[in-house]
Amino acid sequence: MKHVFSKKNRILLAELVRTDFKVRYQNSVLGYLWTLLRPLFLFAILYVVFVKILKTGGTVPHFGVYLLLGIVLWNYFVEVTTGSIGIIVAKGDILRKVNFPRYIIVLAGSFSALINLAFNAIVIGIFLILAKTQISPSVVFLPLLIIELFVFSLSLGFLLSALFVKFRDLGFIWEVGIQGAFFAIPIMYAFSFVTSKSLLLGKILISNPVAQIIQDARYMLISTKSETIISVFGSAWALLIPLTIVVVMGIISVLYFKRQSPYFAENI
Amino acid sequence: MGETSQKEVAIKLDGVSKTFKLPHEKVSSIKNIFAHAINYIRKRRSYEKQQALKDISFEVKKGEFFGIVGRNGSGKSTLLKLLAGIYKQDKGTIEVNGRLTPFIELGVGFNMELTGRENVFLNGALLGFSRKEMKAMYHSIVEFAELERFMDQKLKNYSSGMQVRLAFSIAIRAQSDILLIDEVLAVGDESFQDKCLKIFYKLKEEGRTIVFISHDMESIRKFCDRAVVIHNGELVYSGTPRQAAVEYVKLNYPETIVDEDEALVKRKVSVIVSKGGKKLSNNALVNYGDKLTLDISWEENSAIKNVGVALYTAGAQYIFGTNTILEKRTITSNKTSYEFNVNLGKGRYYAQVGLFGSSDSDKIYFLDRAFEFIVQEESNWQGLTHLEHTWST
Repeated sequence: MKHVFSKKNRILLAELVRTDFKVRYQNSVLGYLWTLLRPLFLFAILYVVFVKILKTGGTVPHFGVYLLLGIVLWNYFVEVTTGSIGIIVAKGDILRKVNFPRYIIVLAGSFSALINLAFNAIVIGIFLILAKTQISPSVVFLPLLIIELFVFSLSLGFLLSALFVKFRDLGFIWEVGIQGAFFAIPIMYAFSFVTSKSLLLGKILISNPVAQIIQDARYMLISTKSETIISVFGSAWALLIPLTIVVVMGIISVLYFKRQSPYFAENI
Repeated sequence: MGETSQKEVAIKLDGVSKTFKLPHEKVSSIKNIFAHAINYIRKRRSYEKQQALKDISFEVKKGEFFGIVGRNGSGKSTLLKLLAGIYKQDKGTIEVNGRLTPFIELGVGFNMELTGRENVFLNGALLGFSRKEMKAMYHSIVEFAELERFMDQKLKNYSSGMQVRLAFSIAIRAQSDILLIDEVLAVGDESFQDKCLKIFYKLKEEGRTIVFISHDMESIRKFCDRAVVIHNGELVYSGTPRQAAVEYVKLNYPETIVDEDEALVKRKVSVIVSKGGKKLSNNALVNYGDKLTLDISWEENSAIKNVGVALYTAGAQYIFGTNTILEKRTITSNKTSYEFNVNLGKGRYYAQVGLFGSSDSDKIYFLDRAFEFIVQEESNWQGLTHLEHTWST
């Protein structure tokens, strides 16, 4: 493990992330400004559609920011996982000719998504201040929440990228799965909408780490009235469910990736 | 393992084998898995095993220029990738002492959408150089590649030759103890090849270990200290580059008689070189414009239908070659005579003589260096050969 962040690997990681950003915003007039403009426009759309026209927010305070926060976290998760799936195969040419730790490719994708998330966070921060949301003291745990999201997304990224080398159907399966998950996770609706109909369903849905993270973030940053896994189960121990999922997923993914990576070059 | 052997050995292979599984129909989608599920359960052999390397063992000593020889598909590229750590062996051990850089293909990892300048840093990172280190080397890299004017252009606007130059210029900065060089490097124009080879010599002088993979016997003989021959995934010879070249030719043309000192062939074939009726000894000094005659005779053999003579520079650059079939001459006896004009510039050359059956691949006797000679200084011109020309001033 001590090689993971050796000097050589850090240099390569930094350079890959840099390249990713350069290529992404190349030939666009506004360039890097888009990292800020994207969440801004997204908020404008969400605000007009869901707060002004559809009014699906019900009693949820600051529903516009509430949606924006959820969707930004969700987009991070989608960016890392769908970005990772094909990345090993896409870099096949270089993997077949240069020997360097394969995980750096997946890690680089994950870091550039994280930088994107940071820019989004600036925009969210501005809206939180403007909307004068009720920021809870538990916000000190927010970094832990981001770490959890980072680890969970990354480990899925490792697993998917390694599996995709052998099973190319996975790309389509994941695409469909992500569409389903988008509605199974309370991103575009208030979570109370589910719990008021079926508490059991609510318990199942909130056990998903991504749902738990999004709801916890809303609790910390927007309103302590937001339902969290603790409030749904009525016990802080319930947090162990998503955390266990994250840890188990992480172990499986890393082991599988490690076992498969020496054979990437010949299996691609 | 003693301390000394650790110091002397750069690469050590012990019983290395590699098998690839080649699916009959690539099972890479779930639908295929269902279709093949029954076969899968019944006998897990929906793939063919291809053994690329069988039980390979050899050692490369530090500071050696080591050749690996083999035909296409012999497994030499697989071996190279195993050494580079790109593939993993099924059996055996590979021990590498020191930092190793593979030159399998140049410009891998280049991003076409970035400028030349940005690519220098990206490629440098693949070799383990930080931005700071690259900045220090940047100028000399660009200078060596002769691309000063193009560095702020996107790589997609570079010609392939420019890309290779840039890549090579970066790659030679690698501070590695061991270099793995694939023959792909030998592509590119003559002057670039020369540049490459000069660099490799320099690296060798610096005490780096170089593993060179090729099927070009001339370069193996020229550069290597030791060589191995791989055939059908097996190590068939390990020893001197000269003998390795002989073994390799034997594998390609089993019917050819090739001998280490060519003594056997020389007993059966005689090549006498003369200038104006005077016999010349090997390594004779001649002048531009001299007429040399090669009198070739051989032990009676009705299979011989074609006699060929080729001229090379001492650096194995092919200058000119022809044979009796090409020039519509028939071999009627067991001797023939070839006369040529030494239209060559100052330098060392050699003539190659081959006796063939009715096809070129049907080599019967082959004398690689039948005659070596030196052309003395020319007077009013330079270069390899004298071309007809006119001036108008």
